[in-house]
Amino acid sequence: MTMLARPVFPFSAIVAQDEMKLAMICSAVDPTIGGVLVFGDRGTGKSTAVRALAALLPPMHAVVGCRYGCDPAAREALCEECQTRAKSETLKDRLVPVPVVDMPLGVTEDRVVGALDLERALSQGVKAFEPGLLARANRGFLYIDEVNLLEDHLVDLLIDVAASGENVVEREGLSVRHPARFVLIGSGNPEEGELRPQLLDRFGLSVEVKTPTELQARVDVIKRRDEFERDKSAFVAKWKKQDDALRRKIVAGRKRLAEIELPDAVLEQAAKLCMQLGTDGLRAELTLIRAARALASYEQAAAVSVAHLRRVAPPALRHRLRRDPLDESGSTVRVERAIAEVLGAAEVQGA
Amino acid sequence: MSAESDAALIVSLFAIDPGGLGGVCLRSPVHPARDQWLQALRASLSEATPLRKVPASIPDGRLLGGLDLVATLKANRPIAARGVLAEAHGGVVIVTMAERLTAQTAARLNAVLDAGEVVTGREGVTIRNPASVGLVLLDEGEAEERAPIALLDRLAFLLDLGIFSMHALLTPEHETADLDAARQRLPDVQIPEAILRALCATAIALGAGSPRVTLLTARVARVAAALDGRLEVGEDDAVLAARLVLAPRATIAPRPPADAPPEPAQPPEPPAEPPTEPPPSEAAPPEPPPPLSANEPPADPQDQVELDDEDQPPQVDAQMLADVILAAAQAAIPAGLLARIRSDAAQRATARASSAGRTGALRKSGARGRPSGVSAGPPQGSARLNLIETLRAAAPWQRLRGRGGADQRVRVSPDDFRVTRYQQRAQTLTIFAVDASGSSALNRLAEAKGAVELLLADCYVRRDQVAVIAFRGKGADLLLPPTRSLVRAKRSLAGLPGGGGTPLAAAIDAAGALASLSLRRGETPTIIFLTDGRANVARDGAPGRERGQANALQAARILSAAGVATLFVDTSPRPSDLARELAAVMRAQYLPLPFANARALSTIVKAATVS
Repeated sequence: MTMLARPVFPFSAIVAQDEMKLAMICSAVDPTIGGVLVFGDRGTGKSTAVRALAALLPPMHAVVGCRYGCDPAAREALCEECQTRAKSETLKDRLVPVPVVDMPLGVTEDRVVGALDLERALSQGVKAFEPGLLARANRGFLYIDEVNLLEDHLVDLLIDVAASGENVVEREGLSVRHPARFVLIGSGNPEEGELRPQLLDRFGLSVEVKTPTELQARVDVIKRRDEFERDKSAFVAKWKKQDDALRRKIVAGRKRLAEIELPDAVLEQAAKLCMQLGTDGLRAELTLIRAARALASYEQAAAVSVAHLRRVAPPALRHRLRRDPLDESGSTVRVERAIAEVLGAAEVQGA
Repeated sequence: MSAESDAALIVSLFAIDPGGLGGVCLRSPVHPARDQWLQALRASLSEATPLRKVPASIPDGRLLGGLDLVATLKANRPIAARGVLAEAHGGVVIVTMAERLTAQTAARLNAVLDAGEVVTGREGVTIRNPASVGLVLLDEGEAEERAPIALLDRLAFLLDLGIFSMHALLTPEHETADLDAARQRLPDVQIPEAILRALCATAIALGAGSPRVTLLTARVARVAAALDGRLEVGEDDAVLAARLVLAPRATIAPRPPADAPPEPAQPPEPPAEPPTEPPPSEAAPPEPPPPLSANEPPADPQDQVELDDEDQPPQVDAQMLADVILAAAQAAIPAGLLARIRSDAAQRATARASSAGRTGALRKSGARGRPSGVSAGPPQGSARLNLIETLRAAAPWQRLRGRGGADQRVRVSPDDFRVTRYQQRAQTLTIFAVDASGSSALNRLAEAKGAVELLLADCYVRRDQVAVIAFRGKGADLLLPPTRSLVRAKRSLAGLPGGGGTPLAAAIDAAGALASLSLRRGETPTIIFLTDGRANVARDGAPGRERGQANALQAARILSAAGVATLFVDTSPRPSDLARELAAVMRAQYLPLPFANARALSTIVKAATVS
């Protein structure tokens, strides 16, 4: 087998798993929703979907020469280096792909947060900072496969950075801080271990995936995967049209996001739903609203409707139910019951 | 088709495309058949194909690669060393004692199998090396010990050699020239949609594994066609692939087990090809517990058997009762209970460890865990070199060591070596031995379940592992092997049937055995018995109160010698002397849980835990 630059499996070619795809699209439309956790059975295309999402994202503007990929338009979010430069010159701008950084298992802490640049330290005796994965993930996505197997000290670190959006490095005589705002995407299999509640909370949406048991779906999965593996470029080309269309919809969704109306009635329903479920804090409500708005925008609706709310409520709320660790398996059911009680039985979806 | 010839065929198929087929799990003790199998594999791979052997405990640096210290210091720039997986690119890696693989190491192997390359960053170097490898896991596990399931999901073949006679001769079925030709042919082999469809239907009908396994089945079929000199997968190839890959993973037992092949859910165009002879599996499906495939099937074949017998008619009011009692028990079990008895045991364990030389409760330094400082010393064993601290230690001496002028190299001597110390919190395992006998009547059982679930929640907070042993009728069963998954724990409890005698001796033995296994792994086990203590079944399964009691006391005495922290929760309506005596003999903390009055109960529990 050859190991050349590998084309990734197209997003549109992923069979079924609609909730997972929807959640990822929502977080691409509005990154402030705060990431997606994909938990479920083995071999259901969790990693495939994340890698496919990377290929789907439109490029972004970044300051030329900035190691953290600062956005030239967002003055207040610039890193220290860019801030200094901005005083004396105009920052040059270029289009770069949105980073989707894979956090490999077995990675050491110094490569995650960044550390002394060894090469320069060894050869020139210079103390310089070499950014790590968190720097590369700034303004993009940080993907952790098998997130429930991540070592504890790395989890602590992530929890902190994901909340503050800033990476503070105090090690090896270096003192560096830089922006590290990223959308956290995690995947794992709950059979292999649970996730720390604090880390769970950092994910905006959480979806459950199951092995398709329907024959046709299973056949499609195998067929497409097989086709992809036999001729990757040809398969990618075949699905390019669909992927392009999807990308355009995401871009349009982002642009319209601010214009989407949010009726008070919907806000009220969202609040009721959260109260009914006894979710902790405001984060649940905020995420629910944001996800519903992202969905409305993606689907080119003028305003957020209860139907949107209904669709994003399970992924936005199921991991935020009051801590009863034993009720994990039933959380989807609990959310659905609350939806039925608060929002009423399913109605015809209006746009 | 004999098991031996299947084993030989697997050698050929795997040798044709090790990277594509993922690998083989060879489950067997050290056995001539295993050596023969490995020899046959060696003979079937071409000369140039790398073959590496690694222990399950291999450190990340060796597995994935890391900083090559000697080369780095020599060259004055960071130089990465390749790990075993990258070295074996295009070939095979044999993992010995694979049942001891940790979930972490398995996850690294999974990532490499999925991507066909090693990608990571360690100790200041970025590593990206091609690594398309096939694994051979040598799994010598007994009973519940087995290689990690997530890893098995990525290997095409699960082969149990334990069933072979000592004299079975395993000879390669194909000449190396045939295999070379098959390798050439493989990329062009097509698989008709009808066959794919049939394979999918079979996989679903057998409840065999995830879509990934189905994909592996298709690949095996293709390799089989290539081996047979054809460019299109035929029915025979599909039959073979289903037999070799899917059958060992079946979770839905093909019902008329003897000869009649089961019908797949939807008969596909080519006549159904489930395993013509469900190979070694018949009564009990073989080693790897099938991954959960659908919404329903239980985690373990055992569960299913359990469910089948008599738990079937779940009464609605029984469920409601369970909820009510759960709430009552909630008040009764203080959150810190487990932590407290465990700390007692930790003291006992450390005391014992010094004399017995066993792994204590806390491992001071390991290769993982939280970094807890740096100390001088050579990077040996699991100690990882802390390069920065090493350089820092070397720095003040540079001038004295002659650095300067044109020579800007950093002089490092072995005295400068610093290693990172890690503190790893020892894994704890809580073993629940739950009395499901008739004397623990239905409501008591529900209450016991409630209590277990609450204690589980307590374990969950501290990320402990739990295991559940249920005893009733003639013996004790390991209902839930040690796991961290509450989902599984809850499911296995839900399926716990009640009724029958009280084989307490067997339960104590089983809990003790599991606890000592866990001690050997360096974990700290705690046993919790939930029973009324009324043993009436002897060790050998014979009924009889007298012998049952005597055996139970004897088992309790043996258990007490193991020094495992034990909690004895007396679930009988009125605390009995019998239970109290048993608890005393096994040196357990005794906790009566009388029923009906939650308030009184919580007071008692509080008293028991505060004292």
